Amino acid sequence: MAETTTAPTPAPAGSADEIRDMTYAESVRETLGDLLQADPRVFLMGEDIGVYGGAFGVTTGLFERFGKERVRDTPISEIAIVGAGVGAALCDLRPIVELQFSDFAACAMDQIVNQAAKIHFMLGGAARVPLVIRAPAGSGTGAAAQHSQSLEAWFAHIPGLKVVMPATGADAKGLLHTAVDDPNPVVFLEHKLLYRERGPVPRRHYVPLGQAAVRRRGEHLTIVATSIMVGKSLAAADELAKRASRSRWSTLAPSGRSTRPRS
Amino acid sequence: MRHLAKEPEIARQALETMWKCRRLEEAVDQLFARGLMHGTMHLSIGQEASATGTCLALRPDDMITSTHRGHSHCVAKGADLERMMAELLARDTGYCRGRGGSMHIADVATGNLGANGIVAGGIPIAVGAALAQRLTNSGRVVVSFFGDGAANEGAFHEAANMAAVWQLPVVFVCENNHYGMSMAADEAFAIENISARAAAYGFPGVTVDGNDLQEVYEMVTVAVDRARSGRGPTLVENVTYRWKGHSKSDKNLYRTREEIAAWQERDPIARFEEAVEQAGGLTRAEIDNARRVATEAVRNAIRAANAAPPAPVDRELLLNAVYAEVS
Repeated sequence: MAETTTAPTPAPAGSADEIRDMTYAESVRETLGDLLQADPRVFLMGEDIGVYGGAFGVTTGLFERFGKERVRDTPISEIAIVGAGVGAALCDLRPIVELQFSDFAACAMDQIVNQAAKIHFMLGGAARVPLVIRAPAGSGTGAAAQHSQSLEAWFAHIPGLKVVMPATGADAKGLLHTAVDDPNPVVFLEHKLLYRERGPVPRRHYVPLGQAAVRRRGEHLTIVATSIMVGKSLAAADELAKRASRSRWSTLAPSGRSTRPRS
Repeated sequence: MRHLAKEPEIARQALETMWKCRRLEEAVDQLFARGLMHGTMHLSIGQEASATGTCLALRPDDMITSTHRGHSHCVAKGADLERMMAELLARDTGYCRGRGGSMHIADVATGNLGANGIVAGGIPIAVGAALAQRLTNSGRVVVSFFGDGAANEGAFHEAANMAAVWQLPVVFVCENNHYGMSMAADEAFAIENISARAAAYGFPGVTVDGNDLQEVYEMVTVAVDRARSGRGPTLVENVTYRWKGHSKSDKNLYRTREEIAAWQERDPIARFEEAVEQAGGLTRAEIDNARRVATEAVRNAIRAANAAPPAPVDRELLLNAVYAEVS
């Protein structure tokens, strides 16, 4: 009855060859819209994600398209937001909950760590928690110490959680699709400074969790990076290549994806 | 409203359920004392009417979330005693394949979304399950069991308020057994009745004699009807008492023998047996038989669980069990 099924979300309209230039935030928004459109099990829940459009404008327009039942503004109650997501996921829905800032996960940590992450194991596999927790993360906006943290190391140390940190708009789309299809709880961290970054985004895109993307090959140096640091690493590689071109320095293999390796 | 003690079939079912709860926990107590069961456990002996009366008010497809003191909820919701015992005895045939033990028994097939080792941890989950029922128009109701201690957790506040503003089909059943471990409810609350808190969220709250099966059944039925018809949550406070300690190592330093004895005088099972006899629902022989049936069922469950294969201690198997497989 409450057992979760494994059916993936239906594919969105459009083709993988249709590449558009759009921002990271637009890519996340389009993907959320596609997921809501394609799968009645998907709904969004979070603080100010409705008419306001989210603190960073990521969900702008979705409330108008899908209504208040499926794009649910919540009271400022992080425990209840994540906990209700866990309960709905146990009942085979595909909740995508938003924590307004990843820092606020601290308020909801019991539900993330002791509930969402552990239920599948503790119940001997009798239940799954296909929950996605989205949160803007990282520093650089001048918002001080309670709105700027990078807490991915916390989450990555919790057995049962998967952590995803997309580096580009295209990655955000492809990884959000697979995160929602994943039967495990996924913490999906979007760097605030990436939201306005533009780049090519395919209309349809899937990226597997837990596989590194090799962005550049070389022979002398490996840089492993996630999220915003992928772009910075590539820029650094360009710089190093200029300065040390005679020494064949241009060796980089940044990884932009999930911190959770899969065997 | 049904008069449980008068109707033979339901009276028998209620008695069997309460005796199964009681006998199962007495057995667990003994198995621990003899070193035949490991880990930890929390007994709800003395609180059987709360679990049983509440679950009698539910449909089989309704759901519950339970607590660390959850054996009786599990039994009353219709769990298989053999799989419960197997879980407690760390057998591969247990509800959680021996990985959860006493504190994490769940039975999704009977709508039990799980006991919980975190006080109040299940309350927001119940609200989410209720939200799922709303979104899928399933017509199902979710009951969240929790103790007096949980009512002082932030999770209770957030979950109760969210359920209220969204008018979700959930019933909050607070089993006030007077102590959060050693902390007396008198000292942990500045209000007399925990049910009074419901007013702060804008839904009804009622305090019930939690050792009176009929009263629990009636109040929860009203609350379930209200939830099912879209009128939102209710807080039902079942006032009861646990006869045993908080957990296996409790020396009962925070309460007196007299207090425990006084509550044992209010045994919910004996009270219901008396009510059944008086109402004429069952004869004394039939009442005794219900107890025998339950005792036998628990004995068989222990026998079967003992014969079942132990949960395998296999590193690879356990590591692979942390994540659900991606299809």
